[in-house]
Amino acid sequence: MSVKIWTAILVGLSFMAYIYIGWRSRVKDTKGFFVADQDVPAVANGAATAADWMSAASFISMAGLISFLGYDGSIYLMGWTGGYVLLALLLAPYLRKFGKYTVPDFVGDRYYSNIARLVAVVAALFVSLTYVAGQMRGVGIAFSGFLGIPVSYGVVIGMVVVAIFAILGGMKGITWTQVIQYGVLIVAYLIPAVAIAWILTGNPIPQLAFTFSDIVQNLNQVQVELGFEEYTKPFANKEMLDVLFITIALMVGTAGLPHVIVRFYTVPNVRAARYSAGWALLFIALLYTTAPALAVFARYNLVDSLHNHTVQEVQELDWATKWQETGLLTVEDKNGDGLIELSPDKEISEIKIDRDIIVLSTPEVAKLPAIVIGLVTAGGLAAALSTASGLLLVISSSVAHDIYYRIVNPNASESARLMVGRIMVGFAIAIAGYFGVNPPGFVAQVVAFAFGLAAASFFPVIILGIFHKRTNREGAIAGMLVGLIFTASYIIGIKFYAMEPWFFGVSAEGIGTVGMVLNFVITLIVSHFTPPPPAEVQEMVETLRSPG
Amino acid sequence: MNEEKRKQYWRANSNLIRNLLIVWATVSLLLSILLVVPLNSITFGQIPLGFWMAQQGSIMVFVVLIFVYAIQMDKIDRKYK
Repeated sequence: MSVKIWTAILVGLSFMAYIYIGWRSRVKDTKGFFVADQDVPAVANGAATAADWMSAASFISMAGLISFLGYDGSIYLMGWTGGYVLLALLLAPYLRKFGKYTVPDFVGDRYYSNIARLVAVVAALFVSLTYVAGQMRGVGIAFSGFLGIPVSYGVVIGMVVVAIFAILGGMKGITWTQVIQYGVLIVAYLIPAVAIAWILTGNPIPQLAFTFSDIVQNLNQVQVELGFEEYTKPFANKEMLDVLFITIALMVGTAGLPHVIVRFYTVPNVRAARYSAGWALLFIALLYTTAPALAVFARYNLVDSLHNHTVQEVQELDWATKWQETGLLTVEDKNGDGLIELSPDKEISEIKIDRDIIVLSTPEVAKLPAIVIGLVTAGGLAAALSTASGLLLVISSSVAHDIYYRIVNPNASESARLMVGRIMVGFAIAIAGYFGVNPPGFVAQVVAFAFGLAAASFFPVIILGIFHKRTNREGAIAGMLVGLIFTASYIIGIKFYAMEPWFFGVSAEGIGTVGMVLNFVITLIVSHFTPPPPAEVQEMVETLRSPG
Repeated sequence: MNEEKRKQYWRANSNLIRNLLIVWATVSLLLSILLVVPLNSITFGQIPLGFWMAQQGSIMVFVVLIFVYAIQMDKIDRKYK
C-alpha cells in the first residue's frame, strides 16, 4: 500500500480514538471541566503532561535544529527538561495543595488582589495565544504535506477534532486524549530513530549508539574537512554567557508555563503531584535523549549520501527526489563540475537543507516501510493537537473562570460557568484556527516571548508566594509588571527595531533570565517597604507548606 | 501537627530542595556550560564528556533528581505524620 493510504488510515484511526475518548469522558461540572475531577493517576498525568509539553516543534523541528547547532543545540535539550526539576521541587506540590483551578487563581488569592489576578490572566492569555497559533499551523502543514489536502482544510479538520473532545470533556477529555497522543507520538519518534541507529552503527539503541559508536567522531572529522566547526565544539554559534542565559530562561520559562502548571492540579494529592512530575520528565526524556542522537545520525547520513556524489547518483535517491519536490531540500550543481558539494558558505554550497526534514525524512532514508511514514505523520499530528488542546483549556479557563467567575460575576451558577467555559473553548479554537490559516508573520519570532515572559512574570511571584511569607500584594504586582515590561521591551527592541543586545550581548531568547532576576529583586524590595500580607493569607501559606 | 513540628517539617523539606537544586545547577549550568571546554578533554565512550553531559547526562540526572525528591519526601511525610 502507498504512503498516502497508510497515512490516511493511521491518522483516521488515531482521530477516531481521540473523538471516542472525548465522548467517553464528557463532563457535567466545572471541576471536571477545568481540573478533570482531580482524580488523574500520577503516571497518566505524567504521560498527559509529556504530550501537553512536547509540541509540533519538539517532534518535527528540534532534532533538525540541533543537527545544525551541534553542541549549542544543548540549550533546548537542557532548557526544556531542566525546568521540570524546578516545577517538581518548587511549584507543583504546593499548587496542588492550594487546589484551585488556574495559575491566576493562585496569584489572585495569595496576593489578595484582583489587579494581581488580572496581570496574571493577561500574561497567561498572551503566552498561550502565541503558542497555540504555531500548533494549528503545524496541523495544517502535516495534512498538506502528506495527504495533499490544502493547509486550510487541514487546519479545519484539526479544529473539529479538538472541538469535539475539548468542548465535551474539558480537561478530562483533554487529559485522556493526551495520554493516547503520548503513546502515538513516542512510538512514531522511536521506530525511525532505532532503525537508523541500527543501520548506521549496528547498535539499535540511539542513546548508546550516540555515545559508544564512532559516529560522532566521524561526523566531527567530516565537518572539519568541509570547513565547518567540529560538531561537538562548544560556543560555535553562541557566546558562553548567551548559552547560559538562554538555558536558564528556557528552564524557568518551562516551569512557569500555565498549560504545564495546570496539569498538576488534576492529580488526587500532593504526593501524586511529585511523582507525576517525575513520570512526566521520564516520558519527555525518552524523546529528548533520542533527539540529539537522531540529529547526529541524520546529519551524518545526509552529508554522506549527498556530498561529493555525482548529480546522477543523487537523482537516483528516491527520498532526495521526493524532498526536493517539497522545496525543503535543494540540490544544485552550481559550479557545473558534475559533483554535488556541501560548504559552510551559502553562496557556494550546492546543498540546502531545511531543518524540518531531519525527522521527517528519516523513515525514507532508513528505507522503512510506508506504514512507518504514515505513523510519523500521525505522531506529528498527535504532538500538535495535544499541545494545542492544553493551551486552549488555559485560554478558556482564564476567561471563563478567572475573569468571568472570579472578577465579573462571583454569583454565577455552576451551569452558567460550565457553559461559559465550553463557549470559550470553542471561541479559542476558532481564533487558533484563524491564525493557523493566516499565520501572522511574527509567529517564529514570538516563541522567545512565551518563555521569556513566563520566566519574568509567573515564576518569581509563585515561588516567593510559597517560600517567602512576607511577600505582599504591592511587591508581587510591581515585580510582575517590571519583569514583563523589561523583558517585552528588550525582545521587541531586538526583534522588530534592530536594537543592539545591549545587556552583555544577551539575545532576546535569553533576556527572560534577567527579567526574572529583576522581578525577584523588585518584589522583595517593594514587599519590604509596604505592609505585610493579612493574617489569613499568612495562614494560607502555612497550610500550603504542611503535608497532606 | 503542632507549631514546632511544622517548622521542623518545613526545614527538612527546604534542606532537601536546596541539596537537590545544587546538584541540578552543577550538572547543567556548571558542568555542561561553564566548564564544558575543560571537561571535553576527557572522553566518555567515544565522545567528549562535556558534550555528553550537555546532551544526555544532565537530562538523565534531572529525571533521577525528581524521583529522589518524591521518595525522600515520602519518608519525611511519614516521619512527621
